[in-house]
Amino acid sequence: MISDLDLHLEPATGISRRGFLKFCSGVAVTLGLTPAAGAQIAHAVMNSKRPPVIWLSAQECTGCTESLLRAHHPTLENLILDMISLDYHETLSVAAGHQAEAARRASMEENYGNYLLVVDGAIPTKDGGIYCKVANRTIQEHLEEAAAGAAAIVAIGSCAAWGGIPSSGINPTGAVGVSEILPDKTIVNIPGCPPNPYNFLSTVLQFVTFGTLPALDDQGRPKFAYGRLIHENCERRPHFDAGRFAMQFGDEGHRQGWCLYKLGCKGPETYANCPAILFGDVGSGSWPVGTGHPCFGCTEKGVGFTKPIHALADVESVTPPLTFASVDQPKGNGMTPGAAGVVGVAGGAAVGAAAVMMSRLGKVELIPEKKKKKKRKNKNKGKSTAAEE
Amino acid sequence: MSIKRRDFLKAAVTGSAVAALPAPAEARSNLEVPPNAVGMLYDATLCIGCKACMASCKEANDMPVESADVSPIWDTPLDTSGKTKNIIKVYTDGTAEVKDRETDGFSFVKRHCMHCVDPGCISVCPVTAMRKDPDTGVVTYHEEACIGCRYCVWACPYNIPKWDFDDAFGKINKCEFCNHLLAEGKLPACVDHCPTGASLFGTREEMLEEARRRLAMNPGDTYEFPRNTLDDPNRHEAVVPHYIDRVYGETQGGGTQVLVLAGVPFGKLDLPDVPERSFAAISETIQHTVYKGMIAPLALLGGLMFISRRNTGKEDDE
Repeated sequence: MISDLDLHLEPATGISRRGFLKFCSGVAVTLGLTPAAGAQIAHAVMNSKRPPVIWLSAQECTGCTESLLRAHHPTLENLILDMISLDYHETLSVAAGHQAEAARRASMEENYGNYLLVVDGAIPTKDGGIYCKVANRTIQEHLEEAAAGAAAIVAIGSCAAWGGIPSSGINPTGAVGVSEILPDKTIVNIPGCPPNPYNFLSTVLQFVTFGTLPALDDQGRPKFAYGRLIHENCERRPHFDAGRFAMQFGDEGHRQGWCLYKLGCKGPETYANCPAILFGDVGSGSWPVGTGHPCFGCTEKGVGFTKPIHALADVESVTPPLTFASVDQPKGNGMTPGAAGVVGVAGGAAVGAAAVMMSRLGKVELIPEKKKKKKRKNKNKGKSTAAEE
Repeated sequence: MSIKRRDFLKAAVTGSAVAALPAPAEARSNLEVPPNAVGMLYDATLCIGCKACMASCKEANDMPVESADVSPIWDTPLDTSGKTKNIIKVYTDGTAEVKDRETDGFSFVKRHCMHCVDPGCISVCPVTAMRKDPDTGVVTYHEEACIGCRYCVWACPYNIPKWDFDDAFGKINKCEFCNHLLAEGKLPACVDHCPTGASLFGTREEMLEEARRRLAMNPGDTYEFPRNTLDDPNRHEAVVPHYIDRVYGETQGGGTQVLVLAGVPFGKLDLPDVPERSFAAISETIQHTVYKGMIAPLALLGGLMFISRRNTGKEDDE
């Protein structure tokens, strides 16, 4: 019970009841739930039998695990001792060799249909998948076996999500992501190199708490974490909009913290929440772009490990505050037939009037009769007209 | 009518003889491209709509923010105006999913002075407020000479020069190729700040060559697109898009020094299909024919006087 937390939790882990509930609320908020759900999470974490987790490692560098080791809320020991039952993990297992394999088998049999399967690393498929073997079996066989009884599957890291580094370039081992091996299963992809541990923890804790998986995008990534472009939340975005770009590392613009787009930042085509939740819990600026390096698009298939770092990103979407004037701004519709008619009639009348006037020149009495006669007389007399008149 | 048939015919024959005097060979042809004509190539397929060029233009030319919004927070002009020399506009169709596609696509377009080889604005200017540099071909505006008639606003086929109506002693506002920066050996601000090389600066000849090179490439290939200038080592590798197979500005209106490449038809981007013979050449041919040596006007005046004289004379004789 939550009220018993103080009795068990603090002596065991050094975490106070208050600290634990704060963490649970934090997780709830990360998931986009109300803080009240934090209590539910705490309840779930405290009460149920800790859900078993099988963690398979394929062609990987252990970076995902290292990333997870550096999570602060919760810390890893808190997670694996209090929240989940990590029954198999090649790096973190106390057991080794046959012992570890036996533990994995036992857990998979006992918890068939209930355990959470986590995979990091890409799966080699070339030459029968011989390029990654554990306990004399290919990792693909391990994966297929483990997936059969898994309640949910999480592919952590870019390698597991879509192939990552092993699949880049010539792809010598025919490496693919987990979803290609298991096309019929729903797989939550948490890409990133390394992925942000909190995106993983939030997904796992939602599963532990509610037995559900977060809403996923078309690449199987949780929308709460990968719903928006890095470009949209980047603290350097105003510099992009104002056209202030660092041209090379160490130049004036780079030192001023200007936009890194021209250095090849892939933020405009990479979906991830890095600028929003940062890395390592050490405060602002603790993410690649914050430290002055362009994003290289690790969460995005076809960008990370594929495009050169200096290559410009394709700007995926144009978001507010950028609004554009349309090429067809209303500019009036030209002359209507009615208006043309009026102008035509007026023009015709003017021409007609001029013609009539011309024809009547000399016929109409333009000058009154008296004056005219006088004038004519004067004209006949000679040049003194002006003076007389 | 009181004109005799005979007299009328006489006058008509004289008049048409006078009108036929200037031979068609003397028609004014399009002006030639200046010897060191500067040029700009705007490739709409490279444009990402970041508006960096608009922001830098305002900064370089000391222009105020102009907002179409009620609360003027962002610079959002709707067209070139008394406060905006350069604007990025967008063409959208249907769902606007794919860039540089005519149907259900979108495209950006950068609108500012095209710096015509044979500018209409200069042709119509009754004073010398609009001038074209005989060497670089940059079309500049000179406020001190301007009488505010705004003929240039009407004469421009690209709808570019605008009068600043907000100022009681307003003036014309149009892009002058950042002439003040060119004089310092710098790039025009919009080119300098363009991150992708969508705006490229060089001589008109170089730009035309580059544009033709791009049109000759196969869509889908990759090409190292130059940024800022052709010889800038800082290039941008990208996939060659499907271009409309024409360089806008090569011949339009006698040619312009700003050239445009795009993926959607130019007509959709508010770039009108201007005939090859410049409007300046057409109107000046007509004007210079009609007024050549003042013969035609004098003949017309003479004819009118003749008619009047005859008519009034008759009456006098009665």
